[in-house]
Amino acid sequence: MDQFSMKEKENIALDIRRNIVQMLGEAKSGHPGGSLSAVEILVNLYFDAMNIDPKNPQWADRDRFVLAKGHAAPVLYAALAARGYFPKDELKTLRKLGSRLQGHPDMHLLPGVDISTGSLGQGGSVAVGMALAGKVDAKDYFVYLLWGDGELQEGQVWEAAMAAAHYKLGKIIGFVDHNGLQIDGDVTQVMNPTPIDEKFKAFGWHVQTADGHSLEALKKATAEAKTVLDKPSVVVCKTVKGKGVSFMENNADWHGSAPNADQVRQALDELAQKLA
Amino acid sequence: MGKISTRQAYGETLAALAKTHPEIVVLDADLSKSTKTYEFFKVAPERFFNVGIAEQNMAGISAGLAASGKTVFMSTFAVFASGRAFEQIRNSICHTRLNVKIAATHSGLTVGEDGGSHQSVLDISLMRALPNMTVLVPADANQTRRIIEKAVEVKGPMYIRLGRMDVEEISGPEDSFQIGKANVLKDGKDVTLIACGLMVHEALKAAELLEAEGVKARVLNMASVKPIDQGAILSAAKETAAIITAEEHSVVGGLGSAVAEVLAEHPGAPLTRIGVQDSFGESGKPAELLEKYGLTAANIAAAAKKAIGKK
Repeated sequence: MDQFSMKEKENIALDIRRNIVQMLGEAKSGHPGGSLSAVEILVNLYFDAMNIDPKNPQWADRDRFVLAKGHAAPVLYAALAARGYFPKDELKTLRKLGSRLQGHPDMHLLPGVDISTGSLGQGGSVAVGMALAGKVDAKDYFVYLLWGDGELQEGQVWEAAMAAAHYKLGKIIGFVDHNGLQIDGDVTQVMNPTPIDEKFKAFGWHVQTADGHSLEALKKATAEAKTVLDKPSVVVCKTVKGKGVSFMENNADWHGSAPNADQVRQALDELAQKLA
Repeated sequence: MGKISTRQAYGETLAALAKTHPEIVVLDADLSKSTKTYEFFKVAPERFFNVGIAEQNMAGISAGLAASGKTVFMSTFAVFASGRAFEQIRNSICHTRLNVKIAATHSGLTVGEDGGSHQSVLDISLMRALPNMTVLVPADANQTRRIIEKAVEVKGPMYIRLGRMDVEEISGPEDSFQIGKANVLKDGKDVTLIACGLMVHEALKAAELLEAEGVKARVLNMASVKPIDQGAILSAAKETAAIITAEEHSVVGGLGSAVAEVLAEHPGAPLTRIGVQDSFGESGKPAELLEKYGLTAANIAAAAKKAIGKK
C-alpha cells in the first residue's frame, strides 16, 4: 500500500478543497457545504486506511467505500482523482451532459465508485450487504461508510444499523459527518438526531467520537475500529459545514448552492493562504 | 400431477440449485415459511439471511451482496416487495443494474382472507415502470422452475411474481421459456386470449367454452410481461382481429396496459382488458374473489364473444 505522510495528506486535503470549489463553480450547481465538511474523512480513508489499488478498481479483495450521503459526490470525485483513479482534468465535467461525474456517484461510469448512491438512507444497507458477502466468502476486506447527520433521520439507517450488529459485521466502519446542518437548517431544530453516539451504542455498535478535521484523530479512531471485530464500528465526527471557506462555514445556505465566479476566486484565495 | 403453488415450486427450485450455484444467496423478511425460501435455508443456511421485518433494508442489503458478486434472491409478499421497498429497488437495484431477483409471493387477489391491505394488485405496474427491470409472471410450477433457472443464468434486476394458491399444471417439464417470448398454448383465428399467472388457466378454460360454441381462440401465455413479445401481439392483432387480456392485477399498468401500449403504436385490433378494475381487493375465499372481481373463464369467454360481435 502507498504511504502518505501527515504533511502530504494535509496538502492533499487542501488541494481537494480547491478542486471542490472549482468544480462546483464550473458546474454552477451542487453541494459544497457537505463536501467540504467531509474532506479529512475521505483523505484519511483513501490516503491511509483503505487497502485499494487505483489501477485495479474492481479488485475483489479491495476495501469498499459507500458514500451514503451521495450528494457529497464532489469530495469523493476529488479524492478519487487525487488518488489516481482518473485524470484530475475530468473534474471540470461535473454534472455536465455526458460526464462520468454525475450529480450523484454512478458505479458503472466512474472507476473507484464502489456503489451508486444519492437517495439518503440506503447506503448503510448496501454496506451490510457488502460485508455479508465478505463474510460468506471469508474475505478480509473492510467496508467503510459515510453518513450525513441529517441522513440519520431516515428510518432505513437504523434498520441497517440493527442488521450490522445482528450479523456481527466487525468489518463495517462507519463515519458520521456531524456538521450539524441540513437543507432547512440546524439538524436539532429540523428533526433532532442527537445523541448520535448513544443511539449507535444502543444498537450494539462500537462508538467513538473524533474531530472530523483532524487527520491524526481520524487515523487513531480508524485504527481502533479495525481492532473491533465482533461488532460494527462508527466514528461520530464533529465537523464544520463548508469547512475552509469562510463565507460557507456553518451556513446551511451553502448546502446545495454553487459559488459564482467571484466567490470561487475569494474561496481559492483563502485556501491559497492556508497553503502558505 | 397434483396441483402445486408457484411459491412452492420456487422454494424447491432454489434449494435444488443451492449446491451447484454457490454464488446464490437468499434473503427473506420474516416470511420464509410462507414464501418457501425456507427450503433454501434447510440446505444452505450459511447463505440465507432473514433480515426481519425490514423490506427496505432487505433491498439495500441485496444490492450490496450483488455488488460483491452474489446472485441474490430476495423474497417477501408482493405487496411489500414492490410497494414498501419501491424506492430502494429503484435506486439501489435498478439504477445500479445489480443482479437481484425479487421473487415476490402472495400476489394478486388469491391471497384471499387477508384482504385488501395484503392483496398485491399493483405490483406489475410498479415494477414494469422501472428501467432495467425484467418482469416475469409464471403460470404454473413447471414454468416457475424454468424461470428460476433462467434467473440464475441471466444477470440483472428481475421481478418474479408468484402466488400463494395451488394451481393446475398447464405446461410440461419440457416446455421452454424465453424472456420476451410468449408461449402459444392453443392456436385459433377468431380471437386471442393473452394471459399471465393463474389467469392462463382461466384463459384455457375460456377457450374450451368458446370452442363449444364454434369460436376458435388463440391462447398466449405471456409470462414475460417485460420485455413483452411484441411480435406475438401484432400477429394476434392481424390474424385474429380481437384481443382479450386477463390478469390477476389491476388493469392500470399491468399486462393489459402493456399489450395496449403495443397496440396503440401499431395498427391493431380492439382490446378488452380483464383484470381488477382500478380498485383494491377485500377479504374472501380466493375463488369467491376471482368470481366477484370478474376474473373467471366465463368472464373471458363473454368478453371474447362481445369483441368478435363488434368485428
